[in-house]
Amino acid sequence: MTTASAPVLEIRDLSVSFPTETGTVSAVDGVSLDLAAGEIVGMVGESGCGKSVTAMSLAGLLPSSARVTGSVRLDGTQLVGARESALRRVRGREIAYIFQEPMTSLNPVLTVGRQIGEVLQVHERMSRRAARARAVELLTLVGIPSAAQRVDNYPHQLSGGMRQRVMIAMAVACGPKVLVADEPTTALDVTVQAGILQVLRDLRDRLGTSVLIITHDLGVIADIADRVVVMYAGRVVERAPVDDLFAHPRHRYTAGLLSASPQPGRHAGTDRLTEIPGLVPVLASQPDACTFADRCPAADEQCRAAAPPLEDVGGTDHVAACWHPCITAPTAAQEANR
Amino acid sequence: MTVLTVPMAETGTASITRRTRVLRRLRRNPLAVVSFVVLALAGVIALLSPWLAPYSVDQTDFARTFAPPGTAGHLLGTDDLGRDVLSRIMLGARASLQVGLLAVATSLVIGVPLGLAAGYFRAWDAVISRFTDLLLAFPFLIMAVGLAAIRGASLGNAAVAIGIAQIPGVIRVVRSDTLRLKSLDFVAAAVVDGASDLWVLARHILPNATSVILVQATVAIPAAILGEAVLSFLGLGIQPPAPSLGTMLATAQQFAARAPWAAVFPGVVIMGLALAFNVFGDALRDALDPKGDRR
Amino acid sequence: MARYLLTRAWQSALTLLLSTIVVFVGVRALPGDPALALAGEDRSPEALEAIRRHYGLDQPLPVQFAQYVERMAQGDFGVSIRTGTPVSSMLTTALPVTVELSVLAILIAAALGVGAGVLAAVRRGRPAEWLANGLALIGLSVPHFWLGLLAILYLSVATGLFPASGFVPILEDPVDNLHHIVLPAVILGTGLAAIIMRQTRSAMLDSLSSDYVRTAKAKGLRPRAVITRHALRNSLIVVVTVVGLQLGGLISGAVVTEQIFGLPGFGKMTIDAVFQRDYPVIQAVVLLTAAAYIVINFFVDLLYSVIDPRIRVTGDPA
Ligand SMILES: Nc1ncnc2c1ncn2[C@@H]1O[C@H](COP(=O)(O)OP(=O)(O)O)[C@@H](O)[C@H]1O
Ligand code: SF4
Ligand SMILES: [Mg+2]
Repeated sequence: MTTASAPVLEIRDLSVSFPTETGTVSAVDGVSLDLAAGEIVGMVGESGCGKSVTAMSLAGLLPSSARVTGSVRLDGTQLVGARESALRRVRGREIAYIFQEPMTSLNPVLTVGRQIGEVLQVHERMSRRAARARAVELLTLVGIPSAAQRVDNYPHQLSGGMRQRVMIAMAVACGPKVLVADEPTTALDVTVQAGILQVLRDLRDRLGTSVLIITHDLGVIADIADRVVVMYAGRVVERAPVDDLFAHPRHRYTAGLLSASPQPGRHAGTDRLTEIPGLVPVLASQPDACTFADRCPAADEQCRAAAPPLEDVGGTDHVAACWHPCITAPTAAQEANR
Repeated sequence: MTVLTVPMAETGTASITRRTRVLRRLRRNPLAVVSFVVLALAGVIALLSPWLAPYSVDQTDFARTFAPPGTAGHLLGTDDLGRDVLSRIMLGARASLQVGLLAVATSLVIGVPLGLAAGYFRAWDAVISRFTDLLLAFPFLIMAVGLAAIRGASLGNAAVAIGIAQIPGVIRVVRSDTLRLKSLDFVAAAVVDGASDLWVLARHILPNATSVILVQATVAIPAAILGEAVLSFLGLGIQPPAPSLGTMLATAQQFAARAPWAAVFPGVVIMGLALAFNVFGDALRDALDPKGDRR
Repeated sequence: MARYLLTRAWQSALTLLLSTIVVFVGVRALPGDPALALAGEDRSPEALEAIRRHYGLDQPLPVQFAQYVERMAQGDFGVSIRTGTPVSSMLTTALPVTVELSVLAILIAAALGVGAGVLAAVRRGRPAEWLANGLALIGLSVPHFWLGLLAILYLSVATGLFPASGFVPILEDPVDNLHHIVLPAVILGTGLAAIIMRQTRSAMLDSLSSDYVRTAKAKGLRPRAVITRHALRNSLIVVVTVVGLQLGGLISGAVVTEQIFGLPGFGKMTIDAVFQRDYPVIQAVVLLTAAAYIVINFFVDLLYSVIDPRIRVTGDPA
């Protein structure tokens, strides 16, 4: 890490597994990541890579069956294994969340003002009236027109994009240090997406919030992130500044993602990262091997015999976990994009 | 478990694996196994009760009225006319099951086609839901009161009254499952291929709606058994001297001071039967649930 | 909202009309001469002729139906064959008993059922859930008239804790009234409680795993606030619907319960009427039950639209 100041959020060797009816599922394996103040980090990977589980584990929001090990420090305070009451003070106040489905993530029987105000009443001990007034300001902040009327609307009276703005207003109500946005634009139209991303960027600029944005849309990453983490089967396989990653993907999986996505740097729209043949494995335990080996064109004995470590692969702050990183390898799509 | 061999044809091979999965889940659920065994036993006893019962149901013995349970020759005692309680309970349970099956058959014969039509043809939906509202306005007891006034009280009329009152429930579950199935690809594909509505309903929708119909039937039978008991207790169902658990309780109420135990056994049998059906119905519903994680 | 209510009102009115037709036709389907059935003790030809004229039995059917509706709307249900008193005055003495019994039973059932349902959903997989589930299954399977019988035998007769039968009007002596009605109400409430419990539990499990509950947790709310303000509020929409659908069962249950506890209500009046072939009373009972069911359900719909803003504000049922 070359960030000057101490990171706001420091994730070290985070692992999560779930005991299930059919055996243990290892969802996250040894993830490490730092989030500096005011930084936007993108996290990409196909469905089932462990992105959401990583995100939910930060504030202890996983179901109680989850086994979490490793360390998550927020401004130095350990959150893994912290008491529920301590975690409740972190949730919504220091680490706030935005989820994928704005349609279902808001409570249908409460007005949006009430739902935003609720955070303030809990964490800032505001009165209901003061919380409502603040909710109007927050709605204006996230770009909702005639907020004074909208505050008394129920979720079903708003469009998808509006609801996601409400979710954002709710998330930033207490001025959190970290905003975790789990696929915030996946369920929205492309034009609406751009607006939501703009709001997130604004908030980072104005409030200095660090943002962890999760997506499987490389266009979103290119649009908003400062740095990128690529996840595969529960592991971080590559991490780099955004330009560097797009220009010089090192891990074979990243390279596959980039060539599967037609025009990086633009909105990839609804294109999903499914063009790489094969599926993300659901693992019972973490093997001592590269978990991408079954789908990798460059896989060999070494890849199947030992897990590649995350190592510096040149450039500033660019690491990848691959025994045979791509050396040249701008993909055809990138070639076309130059 | 012969009921489960009804083909469930989501699509060819998938149906076989699905059926085995459902059966496996049922076998692994101890409550399902126990309730199934109880029901199977009850079924066998009910079928064979005319031969199994130690006494004829109307064989009176005025020398030994109100014999307490455990009396030699009368395991569960005798009633006000000296009739053997055990024999009467066995035949009463048989009548209960008869009414249960008859009522549910009535509700399915009328309710399933209406549910299919309501879910499949938009134009029929409004008409059928008015019909449902109308039926709901006459609770089974009121229906039975009306039927008894017009046609007299009997086992058959009790079963019909209960069955009619259960039609709305059948319509509701079949309708919503039809709506769900109609939107699935394989049904849409059949429609595109030019299959007639009746063909689609009979070949694609009905077979796949079997599981919700089965679950509905499993919960409707115990309700009908309880309904029969109520009606017979009130004198609106099975008529004495024919044995019925409900009429036995009515008699027991009259003589409760002399023979309080007589009020216990018939009730326990009614509850046992209903409980076994309800437990099995729950287990069946869980086993059929594709999410599979809800008990 | 206005549109939704208008639609529901129109549907209710239609159902009411249809059920009146059903009863009207049912009365014609009674065995024998309707005049004879309505005549009571005095069956002289003159009396029968008077009855035919009074009830318009000599008119064409549509006219008869119109007159019938008019009479019913005025509360003229005829005269009891057995007692000679107007059916309407029998109803005014019987109804309060039944209404009190039913309301009390619903309150008990809702408190028990919602409480146990929430508990079972929140304590998923723990002993509390098994206990609540087991009790609900038993409550669903036990014939509650039998429970009533046992309660009289082992609670009233044996201990004298409660009166075994009889009724004291609430205005006469409220305490004694409650003393007489609480046991029947509990017995009647248990079956309904089981149904409410199961629906509450399943609705709560749905909302507890919903996205908006995840949001509520991520906001840092206390579990109690998550459960009551977010999960339960949404589940109640389902629960209210279920209670509405159970009204028919409640009416049936009240009849039996009154019969067992000797409460002089609607139910007892009905059963007596069936055995005495008191057709005017039976007819009034059937018609009034249907009307009550329809009207109450309309109010349940109103309540539903108060709880669910998706209906209240835009008129689209969820
Ligand atoms: N509660 C749970 N119980 C068992 N397995 C889970 C649970 N939550 C997530 N998983 C598994 O963890 C893996 C990662 O899931 P997730 O983090 O949601 O992926 P994504 O990258 O698409 O967000 C998946 O294989 C998923 O099946
Ligand atoms: S380590 Fe081997 S298998 Fe894994 S991505 Fe690199 S080359 Fe492919
Ligand atoms: Mg996810």
